[in-house]
Amino acid sequence: MDVSRHDIVIVGGGAAGLRAAIEAAEKNPSASIALVSKVYPMRSHTVSAEGGAAAIAREDDNVELHGYDTVKGSDFLADQDCIQYFVEQAPKELALLENWGCPFSRNEDGTVATRAFGGMTTKRTWYATDKIGFHMLHALFQHSMRFKNIVRYDEFFVSKLLIEDGSCRGVAALDIRTGEYSTILGRAVILTTGGGGKIFPFTTNGTIKTGDGMALAYRAGVPLKDMEFVQYHPTGLPGTGILITEATRGEGGYLRNSKGERFLVEYDYGVGKKAELGPRDMISRAIVQEIEAGRGFSGAYGDYVHLDLTHLGEDKINTRLPFVRELAKVYIGVDPVTTPIPVRPVVHYMMGGVDTNIHGATEMPGLYAAGETACVSINGANRLGSNSLTECLVFGAAAANHAIDFAKGSSEGNEASLRAQAEEEAGRVENLRGRKKGGERISEIRRELNSIMENACGVYREQSTLQAGVGATAQLRGRVADLRLEDESKVFNTELITALELTNMVEVAEVLAVSAAHRKESRGAHTCKDYTTRNDQDYLYHTMARHDPAGPRLGKKDVVLGKWVPEERKY
Amino acid sequence: MADKTIIITRFDPDQDEKPRKQEYRIPCEDHWKVLDAVNFIKDEVDPTVSHRWSCRMAVCGSCGMMVNGEPKLTCKTTLSDYGDRVDIEPLANFPIIRDLVVELDGFMHKFESVKPWIIRAKERAEDKASRHPEKGTFIQSAEELGNYKQFSMCINCMLCYSACPVVANEPDFLGPAAIALGHRYNLDSRDEGTEERHDIFRGEGTVFSCSYANECSEVCPKNVDPAAAINQAKFGAVIDWAKGLVLPRGGTN
Repeated sequence: MDVSRHDIVIVGGGAAGLRAAIEAAEKNPSASIALVSKVYPMRSHTVSAEGGAAAIAREDDNVELHGYDTVKGSDFLADQDCIQYFVEQAPKELALLENWGCPFSRNEDGTVATRAFGGMTTKRTWYATDKIGFHMLHALFQHSMRFKNIVRYDEFFVSKLLIEDGSCRGVAALDIRTGEYSTILGRAVILTTGGGGKIFPFTTNGTIKTGDGMALAYRAGVPLKDMEFVQYHPTGLPGTGILITEATRGEGGYLRNSKGERFLVEYDYGVGKKAELGPRDMISRAIVQEIEAGRGFSGAYGDYVHLDLTHLGEDKINTRLPFVRELAKVYIGVDPVTTPIPVRPVVHYMMGGVDTNIHGATEMPGLYAAGETACVSINGANRLGSNSLTECLVFGAAAANHAIDFAKGSSEGNEASLRAQAEEEAGRVENLRGRKKGGERISEIRRELNSIMENACGVYREQSTLQAGVGATAQLRGRVADLRLEDESKVFNTELITALELTNMVEVAEVLAVSAAHRKESRGAHTCKDYTTRNDQDYLYHTMARHDPAGPRLGKKDVVLGKWVPEERKY
Repeated sequence: MADKTIIITRFDPDQDEKPRKQEYRIPCEDHWKVLDAVNFIKDEVDPTVSHRWSCRMAVCGSCGMMVNGEPKLTCKTTLSDYGDRVDIEPLANFPIIRDLVVELDGFMHKFESVKPWIIRAKERAEDKASRHPEKGTFIQSAEELGNYKQFSMCINCMLCYSACPVVANEPDFLGPAAIALGHRYNLDSRDEGTEERHDIFRGEGTVFSCSYANECSEVCPKNVDPAAAINQAKFGAVIDWAKGLVLPRGGTN
């Protein structure tokens, strides 16, 4: 088996992973940085982000405002020290991205333009028409190529963290092209693999979003935090779940029901004057309620409401929202210049993830996490749109900074023993390849998992269905161990990769269901029909889920409060 | 809903000497893209079929394949536009790893060789003048942005390499996407690396190898127009070279 040594091993090549790689490579030019990803970095799901990235840019904005908006958006579950750091670092990070070539849209004076976004007091979302994720990812990836000390492992699937004396010292990774395992050793490992939206059937997420980093950390004994909080984006295309950005509303678009009403204005959904620019959790709930009140539209792919951009005019749509126009035309046959776009709430983002501190460090020495796969937490119970891309940059850099310092003082570890762990893992996966004795089909388990999660962990939840979800996901955990695989080839065996991903998905889903069932209150995106109010007395804490053979074991972690005192969340 | 025969190229280097074709008769929904048919086969009929895909919204660039002989982004290509038999092959002009999966090594090497990053002649500290004093961002007018924006839209789907008649004959040709990318940075007002890249463009197998067939721009799913980029890059590289003949040190100032 190949054994390679690096100082830092980064798993995941999206915005957080690339930013971490660049930071580590710049901070210590003599360090070797491994960037390991199951896809070529430019395929990472960062690419699909549309609306923009948040950071203070205008005279009428300041740390206090961005901080308060974010805390309030989180329904007071986010850690205020992390938010303070985040909003302070955000402008610097986006300026770096600009310096590295990101083609941000501009004001008339040539400064970077900003647009309005949900739950934000002022215009602080930096954008590149409606393709910020694509441009951010490509700018980061291309900039990363100038650093010769970044060594890429493209299309390598990491299936195990290598741990010695309680410290993380590398990964075991399957080279998808050859089918051979590699031992990739590092003095520190940073997980930046994104979220796991594909555990749900209807999601904006690409097929690669299978919760891999979360499952890797969880199996290694590191707790997952606040996993019950899943963001439903209000506006996905029925059928495919393709994202239609919040920037449509930032640019002045309306949500209308079947009576043609702007229901966020006509009825009281708690968003006040913000109307279409309320936070995502509230608007998704409003859409579901409109549909339940009989004021939605019915279609072949479920009920929906209208996103009306027709009053914006063709010029504005072409200059500000060209990708939205392309997506609507190609994927639902609607030209938003003349016709409202059918939309419904869609699983978009996981607020929860691998528990880290403000530096991106997990409780395991040598293991760090950043981006959607991590939970710092700046998002609490509900993330504000356009904070997540900036989060990837701020905490990707922070994690790399601390990992580089940690690596200086840490030993290399015992190569023979780490290699033995990787060989054991290679043997396990070798047994899975072409495993014809199994009884369960991958596509069937995935379909059942999707259905369980949609029924249990939707926009609205209740104890009866949550408990059913807990039981059903636990049962799937047993069944996913008995998969039947047909493909015996070593070369680019995507069935084998899918099987490994599905195991990760089932594990993450069970944690999500168990965490959600325990929280008997409504906070942010976790909304219970049987516990309709927020309960700070009993639930103002982070949910911590630890791996246990019998199923996730829950604990608590204090929320870091501060100058922003929890209050009723009204807009 | 209509039944169609989907013909998929199969190749496993451990078993096959050369690629072969396998036919699948499947029920296809009217709204399907070509990718949906391949995914259906993978999930429900034959899990040994290997292909790449992810975003299914025409931006990650993973799912380029030949569809009835033409390079297509399969998540953006409507299946019902094709007849009863649809032939799906790996992208032309690339080595095949397995089935519909091609090798990117050469492409990535070309991509990196044009130095696709912002090159600044001076150190950052002396470089403040062109930036906003507090924010640290460059000032770039809408017009300056417009100069390169189109060429920054490439999703690296590699369809243009499959369509290019020059790549077909000269696999080492730098090719449309890489030249367009280098040119994109040359046109960026924040960049000062044009001379370095023009040196690269004047090398063998680069801009002057292009026969200007325009096939690359015709197949581009994002309207990047790499053919225009190559033509502009040719002109720029020649002018730079000519300046170098009459003026000392390249005459860039």
